[in-house]
Amino acid sequence: MSTTPFRLALAGLSFGLALTANALTAQAAGDRVIPPQQSWSFSGPVGKFDRAQLQRGFKVVKEVCASCHAMSLIPMRTLSQPGGPEFTPGQVTALAATYQIKDGPNDQGEMFDRPGRPADRFPSPFPNEQAARAANGGAYPPDLSVLAKARTYERGFPQFIIDIFSQYQEQGPDYIAALLAGYKEPPQGFPPLLPGQNYNTYMPGHLIAMPQPLQDGQVEYPKGPDGKSPVPETVAQYGKDVAAFMVWMAEPHLEARKRIGMQVMLFLIFFGGLLYYTKKKVWSRMPDGSTAH
Amino acid sequence: MSGHSTYVPKTGFERWLDARLPIVRLMHDSAVSYPVPRNLNYLWTFGGILVFMLVAQIVTGVILAMHYTPHATMAFNSVEHIMRDVNFGWLLRYLHSNGASMFFVAVYVHIFRGLYYGSYKAPREVLWILGVVIFLLMMATAFMGYVLPWGQMSFWGATVITNLFSALPVVGETIVTFLWGGYSVDNPTLNRFFSLHYLLPFMIFGVVILHIWALHVVGQNNPTGVEVKNVQKDTVPFTPYATIKDIFGMVCFIFVFAYFVFYQPNFMGHADNYIPANPAVTPTHIVPEWYFLPFYAILRAIPDKLGGVLAMFAAIAVLAFLPWLDTSKVKSMRYRPVARVLFWAFLVVCIVLGYLGAMPAEEPFVTYSRIFTALYFGYFISLVLVGIFEKPAKLPNSIADSVLANTKGGSGASLAAATASEPNAKG
Repeated sequence: MSTTPFRLALAGLSFGLALTANALTAQAAGDRVIPPQQSWSFSGPVGKFDRAQLQRGFKVVKEVCASCHAMSLIPMRTLSQPGGPEFTPGQVTALAATYQIKDGPNDQGEMFDRPGRPADRFPSPFPNEQAARAANGGAYPPDLSVLAKARTYERGFPQFIIDIFSQYQEQGPDYIAALLAGYKEPPQGFPPLLPGQNYNTYMPGHLIAMPQPLQDGQVEYPKGPDGKSPVPETVAQYGKDVAAFMVWMAEPHLEARKRIGMQVMLFLIFFGGLLYYTKKKVWSRMPDGSTAH
Repeated sequence: MSGHSTYVPKTGFERWLDARLPIVRLMHDSAVSYPVPRNLNYLWTFGGILVFMLVAQIVTGVILAMHYTPHATMAFNSVEHIMRDVNFGWLLRYLHSNGASMFFVAVYVHIFRGLYYGSYKAPREVLWILGVVIFLLMMATAFMGYVLPWGQMSFWGATVITNLFSALPVVGETIVTFLWGGYSVDNPTLNRFFSLHYLLPFMIFGVVILHIWALHVVGQNNPTGVEVKNVQKDTVPFTPYATIKDIFGMVCFIFVFAYFVFYQPNFMGHADNYIPANPAVTPTHIVPEWYFLPFYAILRAIPDKLGGVLAMFAAIAVLAFLPWLDTSKVKSMRYRPVARVLFWAFLVVCIVLGYLGAMPAEEPFVTYSRIFTALYFGYFISLVLVGIFEKPAKLPNSIADSVLANTKGGSGASLAAATASEPNAKG
């Protein structure tokens, strides 16, 4: 085999690597801190959600986040569907009834409030974006429904190629978990914060409008048999549980996808194997009867 | 290589139909008895893979369109409705979005295979130009499809790309207004893009039929680039030889496709497109889909807007002129010591351009983009010159000869076989 194209390809590759080195320096100079990678139960080819974690995450979201953030795309019934937090249908019906849903118009042409049903989507805390901004110092708390897929950070070369094989794709939840626990006093020399600004290590540019939403011990977790919560009631744990719940909200069929995926891949390997040997058999004889090809 | 039809109607009905509409004969001649060079490698399975991908995109797309709402205030949520509430909607949508990427993976392999083995040369010029037309239509279709979810990248990608036409003198602004259906990217834009996104695949289908027709008139090229001389010795019938090989190649390709769909469905997309379109907020980096990145890099490399647009379109249009730009009589790069090196360099240039297209428009990337844009066009210019002075290696007399040289020596002579398949590789 010729070595010239090979050498040339290598030269091109090293040139590309040199470019990448430049890119990485440029990135390090930016105001972005890469969030640490958590271990998630739903990562990898056979990943599944941790039901208890999703239920805890929902509790934090309901008691804390949902007072400002909407989850307008999520029907409450999905909380009891397979592959999610899997609350019982009874629990979901009871939960839905605690919300007031605007419905109508009725026969008199008037809008009215009624108790929620599992088929309803979560009602939003504000009637519109302007109302949300007015109540939050001008900042708009984004809808949480798909947010876990809408947040990421650059992986860079060659990491993004390695990610294809390692199946790392949890930049979103890693970032959200880190952000929720990332509130700090601004470091020395950081410009003074204006009203409505908060310092967060992981927010790009470090300035975030959302004040620190969680404190240790703020949300009470279900107790184990020994009367204590099996996981710590800390900001770090709350952050992880919220992030996991947000992944489920953004990707409610994740478990079915990975399960069906495994079946499809196994079938394709088996079918491909059969085809390979069939192809060999067919090509072992030429039409003129010779074996050469 | 159309040759004589070997179809013999067997039943009375077949004879009756054959005398009125010889459709069975057509299918028999083009997919059963059609002679295929016996030395094709797996790169030749990508034509079949592309037909499969086109059909797969149309089938998933038609079903998605049943659940999608092309309206600026509802499009984003209707896609989420597909992902959440439609039975296997998540599967359909991930198949369709990843399918677009895999379609381009396959088409790039197909194009580079044509470049390496000289498949654009006489008598296949029309076949090649039809391929360039399909490539252009694919790009238009993919671009409009990416706008439909109406996320941030959809909206701003549409804004940037449609704005390119404003660089044209005199008519530019009018064209942009016409494309938008108004004075900014808005609901009318989304509506017409949806309409065209549904139409263009069927136009692609039409040109694909012409592409295959042209292929069946001139016959397939092959790794030696030597034309078929003796149908008996040089070719095998399409069925079963090519059929089984194509299906095996297709299943291997589907394996990679399925891996992305089920395990990395958002790997080739942008997180920003899960944020609903917002005309008031510009994303920090507006980046097109990966398959447009080399052309995006060329666009940004030219300091002048009109120049950039012209350079970008020229980068695609130049492919159509390749049959006449390449002056060498020898088709396959196997026997072209100088052009072969240039080919690999060109492949590296395209990959680096893709990388540069993903980078922000700042130094040092702008300078590199300019160098690599020059190198991109340099390939086509150099092919004009190389063909004049290059001394090609000796071609095999026929396809059969090259195959025999390959297998002569038996099992213990794989090294000899390898040298024989690329004779005089060092030039």
